[in-house]
Amino acid sequence: MDLSAINPALLLASLMVAATPILLAAIGELVTEKSGVLNLGVEGMMITGAICGFAATIETGSPAIGFVAAAVGGALLSLLFAFLTQFALANQVASGLALTLFGLGLSSLLGQDYVGLKPPSTPQLDIPILSDLPVLGQILFRHDMMVYFALALVAAVWAALKFTRVGLILRAVGESHDAAHALGYKVVRIRVLAIMFGGACAGLGGAYISLIRVPQWTEGMTAGAGWIALALVVFASWKPWRVLLGAYLFGGVTVLQLNLQAAGLAIPVEYLSMSPYLITILVLVIMSSDRSKAPASLGRIFHASQ
Amino acid sequence: MTEVLLSIDGLTKAYPGVVANDDVSFDIKRGEVHALLGENGAGKSTLVKMIYGLVKPDKGTMALNGARYAPAEPRAARATGVAMVFQHFSLFDALNVAENIALGMENPPSPRDLAPRIREVSEAYGLPLDPFRTVGDLSAGERQRVEIIRCLLQDPKLLIMDEPTSVLTPQEVEILFQTLRKLSAEGTAILYISHKLEEIRTLCDEATILRLGKKVGECVPREVSAAQMAEMMVGSALKPPKRREGDAGVVALEIENLSLASPSEFGTALKDVSLTVRRGEVLGIGGVAGNGQDELLGALSGELKSAAGAVTFGGAEIGNMGPKMRRKIGLLTAPEERLGHAAAPDMSLTENALLTGAEREGLTARGFLKWGTTKDFAERIIAAFDVRTPSAGTAARALSGGNLQKFVIGREVLQRPEVLVVNQPTWGVDASAAAAIRQALLDLAAGGAAIIVISQDLDELMEISDTFAALNEGRLTPVRPAAGLTIEEIGLMMGGASDMEVAHVDA
Repeated sequence: MDLSAINPALLLASLMVAATPILLAAIGELVTEKSGVLNLGVEGMMITGAICGFAATIETGSPAIGFVAAAVGGALLSLLFAFLTQFALANQVASGLALTLFGLGLSSLLGQDYVGLKPPSTPQLDIPILSDLPVLGQILFRHDMMVYFALALVAAVWAALKFTRVGLILRAVGESHDAAHALGYKVVRIRVLAIMFGGACAGLGGAYISLIRVPQWTEGMTAGAGWIALALVVFASWKPWRVLLGAYLFGGVTVLQLNLQAAGLAIPVEYLSMSPYLITILVLVIMSSDRSKAPASLGRIFHASQ
Repeated sequence: MTEVLLSIDGLTKAYPGVVANDDVSFDIKRGEVHALLGENGAGKSTLVKMIYGLVKPDKGTMALNGARYAPAEPRAARATGVAMVFQHFSLFDALNVAENIALGMENPPSPRDLAPRIREVSEAYGLPLDPFRTVGDLSAGERQRVEIIRCLLQDPKLLIMDEPTSVLTPQEVEILFQTLRKLSAEGTAILYISHKLEEIRTLCDEATILRLGKKVGECVPREVSAAQMAEMMVGSALKPPKRREGDAGVVALEIENLSLASPSEFGTALKDVSLTVRRGEVLGIGGVAGNGQDELLGALSGELKSAAGAVTFGGAEIGNMGPKMRRKIGLLTAPEERLGHAAAPDMSLTENALLTGAEREGLTARGFLKWGTTKDFAERIIAAFDVRTPSAGTAARALSGGNLQKFVIGREVLQRPEVLVVNQPTWGVDASAAAAIRQALLDLAAGGAAIIVISQDLDELMEISDTFAALNEGRLTPVRPAAGLTIEEIGLMMGGASDMEVAHVDA
C-alpha cells in the first residue's frame, strides 16, 4: 500500500466534483419536500436529465444548451408526477416509485443512439489570480461553472426560504395545506411549481454525471445517486446548509475510498464501497437528533373540500 | 352609527344532494355584534365562507357599504375589510407568531416593522403576545389571539368569528368579550357564530337564526330567553335531560395517587391524581384541553398501564391490566377523537361495533368472527341512538360528526358498562343529538353504572354531573359536589393561578 500516492489537493478538488450531482438533486428535492410533497422519483428525473443533457450536447455541441435541456427534461418528467399527485390525487410514494422506474426505462429508450459517444468537454473556470493560487487554486477555483452554480443555488434556496415572502408561503403550504388554503393561497399551484423546481434540479444533477463526471452515456448510470439525494434531505433535517455538508461528506468519502482502493489498502473493496453510504448516514443521523421536524403536511394529499 | 354595513340578499348555495343555504337575507349594521345561530349542518359555515370569498354563491347578492360585493377569493374579501377568525385555527405550528400574521396579510410590512406593530396592537386590545414565539408552543387562548391580531392589523370593517369560545376557559372568554366590545365601540361590525346561547345573550345585539339552510327567524338576544332561541334553532322544544334522584351506591372505581408520564412528546404527565366514583354517580371532569385529559382517559381505558394498585375496580387492582381485560370486567371508555381513536374511519359501522364489542357482546368464537350477531348489535345501536346512516355497512368516515358520536357512545352504553368513561361526549354535536347523548348517560347512571365525563363544555358538566373536579397541568383538584358551584369557583379550579389575567382595557 502506498498512501503517498494520494494527493490531498487533488482529492479535495475531486470531492467537489463528486458531490455536485447529489447536491443539485438534493437541493431541488428539499424545495419540493418543503412544499409538502414527497417525490421519490428523483432517480428517474436524474437519469432522464442525464440523457436529455447528453443528447442535446451531442446534437448542438454546446454543454450549456445541454444543461438547459436537462433541466427542462427533468421538469417535464416531474410534471407527470405533479399531474398524478396534485390533480389525480394519487398516492405520492407509489407515484414517485413509478416515476423512477419510468424514468429509467425512458432514458434507455432515448439513449439508444448515444451509447459510446463522447461529449465535448465543458470549459473549466479560469480566474486570472485565484486559479493560479498554489494549493487553494487547484482545490477551489479550477472547476466548471456547475460546481459554483450548485453552491450558489444552495445559498439562494436558504435565503429564499428564510427571508422572502415566497419562501414563507412555500413553508406554510408544506406545514398545513388546509390552513394555507383557508387563507386563500393556491396550494396546488405552489406545489406544482415546487415539484417542477425539484425536477429541473434533479435533471441538472443527472446531466452533470453524464457530461462532466463520467462523461459518457450508459444505461442506469446515475446508479442510485437519486436515492442518496433523497436520504440526504431527510437526514439533513430539511436544512440547505446541512444538505451541502452531507453532499460534500458523501463526495469526500467516495473519492477517498476510490483513492484507497487504488493505493491497495488491505480492506476488502466491498467495505470501502459501502463506506460513503454508511459514514454519510451516520454523521447526518447524529446531527439530526435535534428537534427539527419534517414539514407537517409532507406526503399528505390535499383536496380542497367545498 | 346605525347604517347598514353588509347587506345579504337571497344567498343560495347548493351542493350535490343538499341545499346548504336557501334564500338567506339579512343586514349587518356598522359596529354591531351580530350572532349567527344554528345547529350543525344549518348552513352557518357555508354562509360565512361565501362572505369571506371561499365559496361562490349560486344565487343572490351581497352589498358592502352599498356597493356590490362579490369576493372571488379571500384576498379580495380581506382587501375590502372583511376578516375572519376560523373555528379550527388556520395557523402554522412550526412558524412563529410574526410569520403567521404576515401570511394572513395582503401587504405585510417587513419583519422588522411587523414585530413592533404586533406588540402595539396586541397591547392596545389587551391581548399581549410575543411576535417571536413558535405558534406550536402556545395555548389555545394565545393561538386565538394570533388570529385576532392578524385580523386587527388590517383594520377590518367586519370581523367574522366562527365558534371562538369553544376552546377557552371562562377567564379567557371574558378577555375576548372585552376585546370584542371595544372593537364594536370603535365601529367594527362582528359576525359571531356560536351555539352557546348564554354567550350570545351577553354579547350580541342582533341574532339571525338558520335551520336546514333557511333563515327561520331573527331576534334581539337580550330580550328573549335561551330556551326560546334554542327552540327556534331546533324547531321544537328541547327537553332538558331528566335526572333521577337517589343516593350514590358503593365505590365502583378508584384512582389513588396516580402519576404517569405522557406517551406523546407534547402531552401532559398525570401528577398524583386521585379520584373515587360510586355506582349511580356522574363525575364531571373539567379543564382546558391538553391538561392531561387524554392521559387520564388512557390510564382508565388501559392504553396506559400503571402500578396495579393505582387503579381499583370494585375492589380489584386493575392498574396493570390492558384494555381488553378491562372491557371484559365492565370498564368501558369512549375517547374524544371520533375518527382514528374511537372508530376506524374506513371500516364499516358493523366492523367498528365488533372492535370494542367483541368481549362483552360475545361477537367472536374460537378466533372466528360472528358477523350475524355483530350486524344485529350494530343495528341495535343505530336504532336505539337514532344514528342517521344508510346502513350498518356504511364506513364510519361517511357519517357526520354528530351521528358518528351517537354511534360510538351508543356502542359503549349498550354493552351495559359498570363504569363508563367518556371524553368530550358531545364535541361538535348539535343540540338535539347532544341532549340525546346526555340523557343516555344519565339513564345509564340511573341504572347503577358509574360515569366519568371528561369535557371542556362547562354547561354540559353542570347539567349532568353529581360531582365535579378539574384537571390543570396533569393535576386533578379534589372532587366537589357539583350543586352550588359558581362559575368563578370552577374557573379557579380549572386555571389554578392562570397566567391569562385580564389585561387592562381602555374603554
